[in-house]
Amino acid sequence: MSAPLVPNLFNVCEVLTLAIVWIVDQILYGLASVIPPLTGLAQWFDPAYRDRLHLTPLASEPLIIVITWLIAVTVIVIWATLFNLLTMMWVERKFYSRLQDRYGIMISIWSLPFWPFNRTRRPTHRGTGYLQNIADGVKLLQKENITPRNADSAMFHISPVLIASSTLMIFAALPWSSGFYVANLDLGILFIFAAFSLAPLGILISGWSANNKYTLVGGLRAAAMLMAYAIPMILCVIALVFYTGSLNPLTIVQQQDRTLVSLGPIGIPAWYIFSPQILGFIVFSVSMMAEMERVPFDIPEAEGELVEGWTTEYSGMRFGLVFGFKWLRMIAGAALITILYLGGWSGPVFTTLYVGGVPVPIVPEEAWFLLKVYLVSLVFIWISWSVPRVRIDQILNIGWRKLIPYSLATILIAAGSIAWGVWAVG
Amino acid sequence: MPEFWINMGPQHPMTHGLWNMKVKVDGETVTDAKPEIGYLHRGYEKIMEVREFQKNVVLTDRLCYVSSITWSHAYCLAVEKMMGIETPERGQWIRVVSLELQRVASHLMWLAAYGPDLGLLTGLLWALRERELFLDLIQLMSGARMNQNYPRVGGVRNDLPDNFEAMCRRSIEHFLEKVDNEYQRVFQESKVFRMRTEGVGRISAADAINWGVTGPNLRACGVDVDLRRLDPYETYEEIDFEPQVWHDGGAGDSYARFICRFNELRESCQIILQALEKMPKSGPYRVKAPRRAEGEGYAKTEDSRGEALFYVIGDGDDRPYRVKIRSPVFCTMAATPLMLRGNKLADSVAILGSVDVCVGEMDK
Repeated sequence: MSAPLVPNLFNVCEVLTLAIVWIVDQILYGLASVIPPLTGLAQWFDPAYRDRLHLTPLASEPLIIVITWLIAVTVIVIWATLFNLLTMMWVERKFYSRLQDRYGIMISIWSLPFWPFNRTRRPTHRGTGYLQNIADGVKLLQKENITPRNADSAMFHISPVLIASSTLMIFAALPWSSGFYVANLDLGILFIFAAFSLAPLGILISGWSANNKYTLVGGLRAAAMLMAYAIPMILCVIALVFYTGSLNPLTIVQQQDRTLVSLGPIGIPAWYIFSPQILGFIVFSVSMMAEMERVPFDIPEAEGELVEGWTTEYSGMRFGLVFGFKWLRMIAGAALITILYLGGWSGPVFTTLYVGGVPVPIVPEEAWFLLKVYLVSLVFIWISWSVPRVRIDQILNIGWRKLIPYSLATILIAAGSIAWGVWAVG
Repeated sequence: MPEFWINMGPQHPMTHGLWNMKVKVDGETVTDAKPEIGYLHRGYEKIMEVREFQKNVVLTDRLCYVSSITWSHAYCLAVEKMMGIETPERGQWIRVVSLELQRVASHLMWLAAYGPDLGLLTGLLWALRERELFLDLIQLMSGARMNQNYPRVGGVRNDLPDNFEAMCRRSIEHFLEKVDNEYQRVFQESKVFRMRTEGVGRISAADAINWGVTGPNLRACGVDVDLRRLDPYETYEEIDFEPQVWHDGGAGDSYARFICRFNELRESCQIILQALEKMPKSGPYRVKAPRRAEGEGYAKTEDSRGEALFYVIGDGDDRPYRVKIRSPVFCTMAATPLMLRGNKLADSVAILGSVDVCVGEMDK
């Protein structure tokens, strides 16, 4: 049992919006002393004035609500990309470097080219390397965007946008805790899957439009893989719905936030990984790994035979976008696994500290969620850096001959366990 | 979808060096293949005609930059036969040690390249890490990590340094431990690795012999061919070792080629240890070679990639009249379309990686 650090993202953003509006209002009042017609506008934004005239509160004005939503979406995007994406890339690069017996990225803050960092004899490469990804991004931004002469220019340019935007759409419905989310959808999981499945379409478009044989083969492979791996993933979720009765991520996590059985002092939580759905968990994780294009299943961009697969013709930041967003998809995939099978943000430790009467959780739900997401991702990274790549026909064999029958079996298991009451429906 | 040709090269991650494998694919299946070589042709046989016998060693080093000593040694052996001189015993033993050290380093380079071919970048870093041990030993012996210029007509350039035997033993002990524990697990025992290599790129022993495939690639077909055993040169006669031949079923596929090379790593280490033991502890390591010579010399040795052959003719001048080089990879490359046909596009990497291509010696 724990509590979220952000009780409600919308309310938090509303406070922020009102603060901004207050500052704007003061500026408007200042301007109104010079330009009198602005007084009305300033008074419209003034909560005290609205109170006096018994107008609706400022917070319920449509304009303010729209601004608040925009801020909430921006907060989530910045949180996902600027914090989690960079951190995940850093974690992966550091982790596989250690696996390969080397230090990995070590750029330190002293590499920055301006004062106070640019003093002489600075330890530029003795840091943790967190800035390396930013440096790579800056480098990619400076590069030229090349469009192949015979490429279908419109399609070629649309597909990175399609991939990036569909990946960001996932985070509209993906909650980070019971309060830290943009939209609480009843069919949230379905929405996330829909957004997830859009990217392979973009890959196919880009592979076809670039007019290159490598990208063409890569794009077709992506299409074949989408068919083989999206189906078992959805089937596993169908099996899980037997237990949850809902596709709302918040409800699903809430159901897992209880003790299944107590072994002495240790309580086993009622996570769905401990239910008869353990098979579903395995199938789902393997399919998710294929969906993320991680190494044993990264055949759409198998750099051994297809140079860089469907990303071959992209250059500059367009390449950076399609390349970097793979990590964002990995975060989303790991978050989905955490929500569906690993209890989401429910954690055992909950201590509240009262700061001026406001309860602040010491280990908030967000911390538990991030911990689980990063651990799941680390397992993925670990696997993908210790096995070779699987061949296209083998990957389709695994998908069609193994994962789909197994995922159908999970539905049978789920139905059976509900019918005989093995698992009490939360 | 109609069949179309895909260029795997000349600039392609699959090609370790500069060459082009044209692959005709029907969907994902390879229906035809055509190797295109010659991007790195430097006219070795002609260049060698205008340089003195001894100075050619510098050139032959660069035939294959990951296996320099074996190539220079083959050349020196041919010239020695032409001149009719023989290396002193200690010199021969030192040559055996240097050849096997070079063989291990070369095979480790191949292993390092084979990992990323299959998508396993960790294998690259691990194999290169252990290659450093052998490069250090070669550096101790010859003074250079690459293009060592170590064998000489009539012996080797210098004697082994002090304490070389102890250093060899220490490195090899550490290396064998890594081979048994780490490499074996990440390559040989990995299920995905076996899925990718078993049964792909199969070539029958008869085809392999007809196309002139030699070395580990032929031994992987189950043919017990090893020039160190069949036609011993230097002091290989006195060494007790087992040529690594694939005896089980499924011969001639990528996995068999992998296993043969992989086991050769261990076998070469055993040869080094034996040679260090049996070698006379002191004595001359080089004889003076005549400046001019007339006649014909012919030497074939077991290179890291197959049979390396040198045929040198002297006409009484201080430089060869004609040199002929037989490169094992050149012949193996001609047989690769046979291995590729019928496999998947992704297998072309698993096959061409396993035959261990070195473009320097292939294009000469």
